[in-house]
Amino acid sequence: MTDVALSIQDLQVALPAWSDRQRAVAGVSLDIRREEILCIVGESGSGKSMMGKAILGLLPGPHVRAVGGQILFEGRDLLKLSAEELRAIRGCRIAMIFQEPMTALNPLMRVGQQIEEVLELHTDMTQAQRRARVLELIRDVHLPEPERMVQSYPHQLSGGQRQRIVIAMALALEPALIIADEPTTALDVTTQAQILHLIKELQRAHGTAVLFITHDFGVVAEIADRVAVMRHGEVVEQGRVSDVLEAPEADYTKALVAAVPGLKPRVIEPDAKSKVLLRVTNLEKTYRTSTGWFGAKTREVQAVKNISLDLKRESSIALVGESGSGKSTLARCIIGLESVDGGVIELDGERISGRTRAELRPLRKHIQMVFQDPYASLNPRQRVGDIIALGPTLNGVSREQALEEARELLRLVGLKPDAVDRYPHEFSGGQRQRIGIARALAVKPKLIVADEPVSALDVSVQKQVLDLLNDLRKSFGLSLLFITHDLRVAATVCEEIAIMQRGEIVEHGPTADIFAAPTHPYTRSLFDAVPGRDWISSLG
Amino acid sequence: MKTFWPRFLSNPRVFLGLVWLGLLLIVAITANQLAPIDPFAIVGRPMAAPSPEFWLGTDSLGRDVMAGLIHGTRATILIAVVATLIAVGFGTFVGAVAGYYGGLIDDILMRFTEFFQTIPSFLFAIVLIAVLTPSALNLIIAIATVSWPPIARVVRGEVLTVKSREFVQAAVLAGQGDAAILLKQVLPNTLSPLIVTGSLLIATAILVESALSFLGLGAPNVMSWGFMIGAGRSFLRQAWWLVTIPGVAILLTVLAINLIGEGLNDTLNPRLSDL
Repeated sequence: MTDVALSIQDLQVALPAWSDRQRAVAGVSLDIRREEILCIVGESGSGKSMMGKAILGLLPGPHVRAVGGQILFEGRDLLKLSAEELRAIRGCRIAMIFQEPMTALNPLMRVGQQIEEVLELHTDMTQAQRRARVLELIRDVHLPEPERMVQSYPHQLSGGQRQRIVIAMALALEPALIIADEPTTALDVTTQAQILHLIKELQRAHGTAVLFITHDFGVVAEIADRVAVMRHGEVVEQGRVSDVLEAPEADYTKALVAAVPGLKPRVIEPDAKSKVLLRVTNLEKTYRTSTGWFGAKTREVQAVKNISLDLKRESSIALVGESGSGKSTLARCIIGLESVDGGVIELDGERISGRTRAELRPLRKHIQMVFQDPYASLNPRQRVGDIIALGPTLNGVSREQALEEARELLRLVGLKPDAVDRYPHEFSGGQRQRIGIARALAVKPKLIVADEPVSALDVSVQKQVLDLLNDLRKSFGLSLLFITHDLRVAATVCEEIAIMQRGEIVEHGPTADIFAAPTHPYTRSLFDAVPGRDWISSLG
Repeated sequence: MKTFWPRFLSNPRVFLGLVWLGLLLIVAITANQLAPIDPFAIVGRPMAAPSPEFWLGTDSLGRDVMAGLIHGTRATILIAVVATLIAVGFGTFVGAVAGYYGGLIDDILMRFTEFFQTIPSFLFAIVLIAVLTPSALNLIIAIATVSWPPIARVVRGEVLTVKSREFVQAAVLAGQGDAAILLKQVLPNTLSPLIVTGSLLIATAILVESALSFLGLGAPNVMSWGFMIGAGRSFLRQAWWLVTIPGVAILLTVLAINLIGEGLNDTLNPRLSDL
């Protein structure tokens, strides 16, 4: 058994008494071999992160703690070590990479110093040796200009660069095992592809074992040697990645694999007669922030540059782009949450840009929005019924009738009508997003703008919500402007795709055409970056 | 996650604080029944030590200290609570408007708030009382005037975070007006820190009221704890009970309010509550 780096045997992690289940991790046994990447894949609440934290003794005690089993590493049981002994292992023999690189780095320290600190704590290198090692590490993670990079503060780096620094810190002491907890989830698709590539390359070069925790099967297909699927704190299935992904045995794995949005483009249902509902002409939006004393200097960011877009009645366009591409700003301009600097937005031939808030109010009911974060988009102090009925009552519908309609809408989005009397915190993320959709539908809009409505949801829930949106679109005759960073999601939902980069639409056309032959280099790089592309395409 | 009340009441310090405050409340309400005499009436020999006849003794003029303490509870608590309510109301208004509208309105209101914050609050209260002449109403005005700025700042900060949440945008899209959004969507979500700060403010108000009364700037013809300490301070060596007893009452009350305030903070602040 010399090739096993870490062995978890029958691990039990207890949750506080008032949780909805007793164990976060219930009897997990796993072996991580040297020189392999083991992916733990599961949905939120599956216990995958708790297991990762248990290895390094980072569980949020005293209520959450390991109550049984063993974690064997280099001949010792990590669960039985003292805090002092664990600290020696952390960072030195086992390193961790977190999801959010900004919070993992100290914002007040130069990144070079932060890497050096790790070396200072765990080795007796001289200062010159440490400096040299830091530069070597930065070169290893392919950051440009290492000499300048060590002098930078975290906020001066992009998300991808910060994650590279975190990886460099993890590698600093040549650990035997790296635990990576969703290290690419907060990153853009193209950056994610680069980071995944980097992790794999470094893992091969250094012969490290990697425990990679993720929710994304695409990422698994991209990086893993072996995979373990977790659900409700138990391992449902584990095996070689090709076996599990191509011939899943457990029902749960099958369902998860089936829920992965494929790269199969949606075909246009031809309807030449349909009129234009939303017309955006030469739209401009620039953000100005005052800096310096008395706002003497202004910094300008041109978020939306000269964009024109037509959306036909009962059709849908997906705006695809990475963070900072201006896709959300464009949506906020259309919805009237943001004023425009130039250009015209028309809905049904009526100009809606350049109006004051009061003038806009009677038109609000025609455009509604489904928000990204199901936890922030519902007022925690209002009942679900009141949340949904707000729009209709403001438009003159009586409260009783509005609540009656709310019940009907809740039934339509697949919730029980008695949800009207409950508060948002009683619902899961997916259910909340359904409530958000019901709220958007309540005023019978013509156009729904959905800003990343599924990016905060688990894969299986994601599919349900997308299916629901699709059904409702047909039955309500809605037009949909769908904003997403995920080409796979865009392809399943929309007949047309507009790719945005730095405030401009670089490519726009029917989904099928773009998928068949992307012309713009940026579009092609987005396609190449889709994690697990080959595997997903093979799903058909 | 347990609900609010069991978690709040299971905290022993909160429980002690509530018991003391409850006792004070009963005393304040039933003051006329508990001590049916005028607290300013001379009822016995001056400076009598605590005895079965006068449980807490008498002061330099022969007034019953027990009756003073009981009637003082009513005055002290009434002035502190009303002043705090006014401060919270005004502070919330200023903070909410500043946070919600931002920009120039925010600048003007916050500079106005800072103007009040930079003046040493106790000296400011003394000046106000000196200008307005001492009375119960003017005490309330003075205390409220010096204590609203922290409330305004707390509310402004909370409103700034809450208004960027998506449910507020959803209300804008539903066509709800600004005042309704502020009242129904934003403010209910700022209550937790407001309740905590407000409850601690009562303790400060009691201290300011006592200090003003001690200096002889309290309401005339109203018996209060601060006034009793002020009147008895020259006789500390001869009659210790004149200063000590109302002093202990103030100490315990301020302590009780702080315990409750901290308990509220522990319970309402999800980051501090145990997972």
